[in-house]
Amino acid sequence: MDRTTTEWNVSLNVRAGILAVLLLALFVGLWEGLNRAPILGGGGELSEYEQLMAGADETASVPPPSAIMVRAWEQLSDPFYDAGPNDKGIGIQLGYSLFRVLTGYFAAALIAIPIGFLIGMSPLAYKALNPFIQVLRPISPLAWMPLALFIIRDAQASAIFVIFICSIWPMLLNTAFGVAGVRQDWVNVARTHELSPLKTAFQVILPAAAPTILTGMRISIGIAWLVIVAAEMLVGGTGIGYYVWNEWNNLDLTSVIFSILLIGVVGMLLDLALGAVAKLVAYQE
Amino acid sequence: MNHAFVEVQQAAKRFPGAKDGDDLTVFENVSFQLEKGEFVCIIGHSGCGKSTIMNALAGLDQFSDGAMVMEGKEIDGPGLERGVVFQNYSLLPWLSALENVRFGVRARWKEWSDAKVTEHSFEYLEMVGLKDVVDRKPAQLSGGMRQRVSIARAFATKPKLLLLDEPFGALDALTRGVIQDELIKIWTRDRQTVFMITHDVDEAILLADRIFLMTNGPEARIAEAVEIDLPRPRQRGEIVKHPHFYAIRNYLVDFLVNRSGELRTADLDRRGLHYPESVNPVGHASTDTPAAPDGKPADTGTSNDTLVAFTPKETHHG
Repeated sequence: MDRTTTEWNVSLNVRAGILAVLLLALFVGLWEGLNRAPILGGGGELSEYEQLMAGADETASVPPPSAIMVRAWEQLSDPFYDAGPNDKGIGIQLGYSLFRVLTGYFAAALIAIPIGFLIGMSPLAYKALNPFIQVLRPISPLAWMPLALFIIRDAQASAIFVIFICSIWPMLLNTAFGVAGVRQDWVNVARTHELSPLKTAFQVILPAAAPTILTGMRISIGIAWLVIVAAEMLVGGTGIGYYVWNEWNNLDLTSVIFSILLIGVVGMLLDLALGAVAKLVAYQE
Repeated sequence: MNHAFVEVQQAAKRFPGAKDGDDLTVFENVSFQLEKGEFVCIIGHSGCGKSTIMNALAGLDQFSDGAMVMEGKEIDGPGLERGVVFQNYSLLPWLSALENVRFGVRARWKEWSDAKVTEHSFEYLEMVGLKDVVDRKPAQLSGGMRQRVSIARAFATKPKLLLLDEPFGALDALTRGVIQDELIKIWTRDRQTVFMITHDVDEAILLADRIFLMTNGPEARIAEAVEIDLPRPRQRGEIVKHPHFYAIRNYLVDFLVNRSGELRTADLDRRGLHYPESVNPVGHASTDTPAAPDGKPADTGTSNDTLVAFTPKETHHG
């Protein structure tokens, strides 16, 4: 018993890391192995048809990891090149997407958090605004796109609007929920110390509700990053969503898979960033 | 008429009943006075409205009827001249112990420099024995330490009236004793007027100048104001040896166990102003039946002349 524990006296994190690497190696290995170019014609010359079809099977196969890693290296070593409208570096495309997401997201935060505060503080505001929220919230953000394009008449701004509209709801509802749930004891502390309403809001209610608000912000940034890809596929021009769709049109599956992975990595980084902020405002009761 | 420091007159709390016309009256016609610098405890069974009275004095709740005046001004809403220590500590969990005290001090003296606010806050934390843990968050403190922070916060703002809502209710007996000593120390220094709810008879005797005894709710009232004439400074270990101690204690326990349920507002003339009857349990044994309410307000301030020479006597039937 003691021996086994000492033998396995490696931290959980290290063991989890080893397991993750093993799983990755297994997955990549299988993928690579199953995707080897088929050995055709008994190793002889390729027929004309086979040459035309790039030496492939009758069904096209997904590119192997090795090809994707080569593409990743190419793209990441020169991320900011700009060779015309349909040929920009991955960094530029990501930059456009991030710009749209962050603009729409912070605009939403600017509106959602104060209104959420109001709704949380005032039962009247809650009852009056709740029906609107309940109707507007389930609408897929992309459904707004035609209306946005018609009214705003600008593809870029419309994409930002779609991000705005999809990130507003989790922040609004979480802020309202957090503010309404602030313990009466803490509000009483503010009252017995004669704090002005503004000071009460900033010194007591905001810090008390901050973890809940941050949870809403974290959900929102996740949704915004999901939606931007679809939105850019629709509006076209620039951005990582457009890039994916463009490479699909080019039948460049290697680039498609590479950008899918990149979307995942950037989404994770956005979430980590907000997670770090959430840690700053967290408190233990 | 006699202007007391705090004056509560004919206060009542009613809640609308399920059927109309049948209001639930928690307490009725509660009047009392607090003198400046006095330490008053209020004892009564759950549901008699002690906390409502306290919250009303704090400005956090309202009476259905009656008036509260402090230093000639009506109490209307919370204010910094009245400090509150809540049973559940009510510390802000995202602030450290020092920041929690600073929160109160800063609210009290807006013009003070940061350094002065910190220095003043630190002084009070030191007084309750917490100078080594000032940077800890409430979650990292024990229940007793949290209540000390709460007491430091309340006393540091130097309110004229301190309201303590069962501050030691959630603490174990040992911790409670230590903090009671600290409370005495800090109160002896500043001599604020204190109004405190407690369920603990010994605690009340140790701390109070007078103890208000409430009858059971609904329709509760403050029946008596018991004078505690034990000499100060009092110490937990010494006080039980005082010849008056058990007379007082037995009287209080008898009230809570036997008489609190029998006395009801309904038995009294509801109209008119009644202050709780002033009682000195020492020597009270012979006249243990509460005097018939004759509408004459008991004089709360000058009880010394009614003091009977202390002969430790058997208290009345129990």
